[in-house]
Amino acid sequence: MPSLPGLRRYLILLGILGALTAGVVLLQAEGLATLLTGRGLGVTLLAAVGARVLLTLGQGVVTGRFAADAQAGLRRRLLGSTADAGVVTTQVTKGVDATTAYLTGYLPALVASVLVPVAVVVRLVTTDLTSALIVVATLPLIPVFAALVGARAKARTERQWALLTRLGGHFLDAVRGLPTLKLFGRARAQAQHVRAMADAHADATLGTLRVAFLSSLVLELVATLSIALIAVPIGFRLLEGSLTAHTAMLVLVLAPEAYLPLRAAGAKFHAAAEGLTALRKALATPRPARRGGTVTRPAGPPEIELAGVSVRYGEVAALSEVDLVIGRGDHVAVTGPSGSGKSTLLAVLLGFVTPTSGRVLVDGVDLRSLDHPAWLRDTAWLPQRPTLFSGTVAENIALGSGADVPAAAHAAALDDVVAELPEGYATRIGELGAGLSAGQRQRVGLARALARTEAGLVLLDEPTARLDRRTEQAVLDGTRQLLPGRTALFVAHHPALTAMATRAVPLVGGRIPMGVR
Amino acid sequence: MNVARLLRAALLAAGAEVSGLALTGTAAWLLMRAAERPPLAALTVAIVAVRVFALARGGLRYAERLAGHEVVLRYLGALRARVYAALVPRRVAEHSGADLVTRLVSDVDAVQDAVLRLALPAAVAGSVGLALAAVTAFVSVPAATVLVAGLFVAGGLLPWLAARVTATSQALTSPARQELAERTVELVTGRHELVAYGAEPQAVAAAGTVIQGIAARARSVSARLSALTAAGAFIQLATTAAVALLAGSSLPVTAALTLVVLALFEIVLPLTAAAQRAPELRTSLGRVRELLATTPPETPEHTGPGHLKLENVTVHHPGRQPALQGIDLDLPPGTRLGVLGPSGAGKTTLLHVLLGLTAPTSGQATVDGQPIQGPSPRVVSGALADAHVFATTVRENLLVAAPGATDEDLRAACAVTDLDVAWDRDATTLSGGQRQRLVLTRAVLAAPPVLVLDEPVEGLDETHGDEVLARVLANAKGTVVLVTHRPEHLGSFDRVLSLEDGRPAPAPSVAGPAPGSR
Repeated sequence: MPSLPGLRRYLILLGILGALTAGVVLLQAEGLATLLTGRGLGVTLLAAVGARVLLTLGQGVVTGRFAADAQAGLRRRLLGSTADAGVVTTQVTKGVDATTAYLTGYLPALVASVLVPVAVVVRLVTTDLTSALIVVATLPLIPVFAALVGARAKARTERQWALLTRLGGHFLDAVRGLPTLKLFGRARAQAQHVRAMADAHADATLGTLRVAFLSSLVLELVATLSIALIAVPIGFRLLEGSLTAHTAMLVLVLAPEAYLPLRAAGAKFHAAAEGLTALRKALATPRPARRGGTVTRPAGPPEIELAGVSVRYGEVAALSEVDLVIGRGDHVAVTGPSGSGKSTLLAVLLGFVTPTSGRVLVDGVDLRSLDHPAWLRDTAWLPQRPTLFSGTVAENIALGSGADVPAAAHAAALDDVVAELPEGYATRIGELGAGLSAGQRQRVGLARALARTEAGLVLLDEPTARLDRRTEQAVLDGTRQLLPGRTALFVAHHPALTAMATRAVPLVGGRIPMGVR
Repeated sequence: MNVARLLRAALLAAGAEVSGLALTGTAAWLLMRAAERPPLAALTVAIVAVRVFALARGGLRYAERLAGHEVVLRYLGALRARVYAALVPRRVAEHSGADLVTRLVSDVDAVQDAVLRLALPAAVAGSVGLALAAVTAFVSVPAATVLVAGLFVAGGLLPWLAARVTATSQALTSPARQELAERTVELVTGRHELVAYGAEPQAVAAAGTVIQGIAARARSVSARLSALTAAGAFIQLATTAAVALLAGSSLPVTAALTLVVLALFEIVLPLTAAAQRAPELRTSLGRVRELLATTPPETPEHTGPGHLKLENVTVHHPGRQPALQGIDLDLPPGTRLGVLGPSGAGKTTLLHVLLGLTAPTSGQATVDGQPIQGPSPRVVSGALADAHVFATTVRENLLVAAPGATDEDLRAACAVTDLDVAWDRDATTLSGGQRQRLVLTRAVLAAPPVLVLDEPVEGLDETHGDEVLARVLANAKGTVVLVTHRPEHLGSFDRVLSLEDGRPAPAPSVAGPAPGSR
């Protein structure tokens, strides 16, 4: 059972509702037996109808509320996921939806499948022992078969879920790459691949169903044959006159009720297994670890020392034994071929990547023991490809701070671009930067960095990449404004940018060549 | 969809349900008749029938479910491919990524539920219910009338109300769900930036508000739907009791009829729950239908020497400044054209027009005298700035450009661009510069008569980038259109087009000052 918050309380509530349902089932059977033997409507039946209506209402409200709250919790949790964006999006929408079947369908049915048969059997024992024995003998066959076949269905469903998730990722990937595919005339060929993935999906599903339906076939046969098994001997006993018609009708109405909840739970198992897998996946989402310690440092440009810093991603070494001192107010340009570890170096300084070995000292204090949010507040960072968030241009520059947006935009040479937008700073820009060119996006990122007027450390990852000469000049001017009085480290290829540095450090294959400090 | 197979599934389903009802009815008749103590011979047929119906129900049900799923799932595979194919001729900018995934996965899957959870059960419940009402009419017309009324409410009115409740809520929730999907993509993709700028708590809180709204709506909807379910339970028991009291036949027949009616509602009542999905399914199917209906026609693929010509070409996206205005270009085979200009000047749009990805709003774009109607990959291709790197191996990514390339071809192309990474490596783990070279290697592999390059060595350091570009240009045989911001790249070029605000600007001399400094 997954460790879902509030699940215990929910199960207790379901238990109470299940017990009441069992009572109503007995009451209703009693009333129906009276009706069927021609003795008309009794108080019992009327009471049973009223109770049944109220219970149905109550159970719906309870399960609906719990599912809504639990799913909100799961979605909030998934927001912290570090998996691929396409996969997380599928999980947060469709994946969480899939848990409904488990929470509001399967769990209540499971609880009822334990309580109702017990109540029915107890009632049958006091009414007609022979029928009770038939029920008791056949009833365990249902969970036994369900467990046997269900285990196989479950394994297959898990595989199907992985396939479905992969298909989601595959679609996103194929569609994002459509212009590229068209460029090389491969879009159609990819369509065949999409078809192949879908067919594989159909095959996997049908395979699961052949097994899953087999279990329901067995369950159904056990239930229907048991009814036949109970009805025929009762018929003979009625012929002999050793049984009253009322008792016979009570048994006939009650016996199916013993099998019904188990069959209902079995029928819901397939959909629930997918929901349960989705639930487990969501619950397994690692919460992002709180980084850093509690030490805060006074504002102002820091002095940074890297001592033997190495970073490995699995087998690949991104940085090897990097020793570097960046003095207070120093402006260091990091140069080197692509893939030499420059971006990793920035990630280390930002505290997003913890060195596999070695230390980063900020004013003599290990970066790991610094209060991470406070350290980031002191940093103006321009990544290689800034992300644009859905919202207005102004919101994208300020990112929640009370920054002077027009000033920052002006310094990043973005104000001309904004002036041409239909609604200026209030223009909404879409998901992942649709609607702005690469250069404009870069300038939004630069404006963000420039808006951090209080930052003591500036980290720039190729700020002039993808810019034309004129914009480049404007960005260089903006960068020039950003540097004075601050410690800075920037990844740069551009001579004008390296010229702004107090020194340049080459990075080759994750190492700083001998003799450079 | 295979109609014959679907019909077979429906008949199997109806057979299974009728067997179930017959089992109940026969058993009830058997017992009440036995209570009248007739000779045993009067009961033999019923005894046999009870056993036959018990077996038939399970078997028919299994066959029906498999048949139904098979026909729908096979149809789904074909539909997915059709939906993808319908997206192929469209501009990607029409949808954002998360939106597309929702569309492709959910909308298409909706077909499965629409048939198996809604259409098929409703058809079966309706036909079996009416058949039973007809049988009841032979016993008692008032009882049959009550039954029809009960069926109408439980099988028609309640499902319709359930559909309405969810339709209203869906209209209110679906923008929130869309927003949640987009915010999720942004949170996951841009997490480090949000954290660095202290904006992550706000972004998470904003998404949390959306989630809270979805949950509040779900709670209120479930309460209303529970009321409908409870009403269904009442109708079931009330109709059953009424039929029992109105039947006016012998005790065995009345008992049989009463229990059969009770059991019939077990087939009808689930329709209320199923109908909750009807609006969502209708919307999804509507979107799929619309997507498939408006598929632009296939454009014939052009082959030829690739003489590109633009006459007074303008591209104007509604609500924006014109991206290109009055462009004239003549590019006989072998021409080398450099395109300069600030970002947003229309350079990429110009390339898109040449590549057939964007149609001119006015003016003429032709290749070898034929209007450009779509991409002609065998004539024009290359490396675009926003080229996609697929979530697969480097090799697969390269083969996108040339499916038939041998290892020798790949090695040669990688040597031109200096792409020195393992071919079986996951291409999504490449660094920015490696990605750039991968994209450029594709252009080299494709080796089209007209090679289009959009800032191909951006992100590489200058010396290295210049070397790589020089090799790529030396390797190119035919026409080259190169967008760059470094005039130094254009030393050997025949012509230079300088763009500004979508218009040709006075061309600077190649060795002269940078464009825009004017």
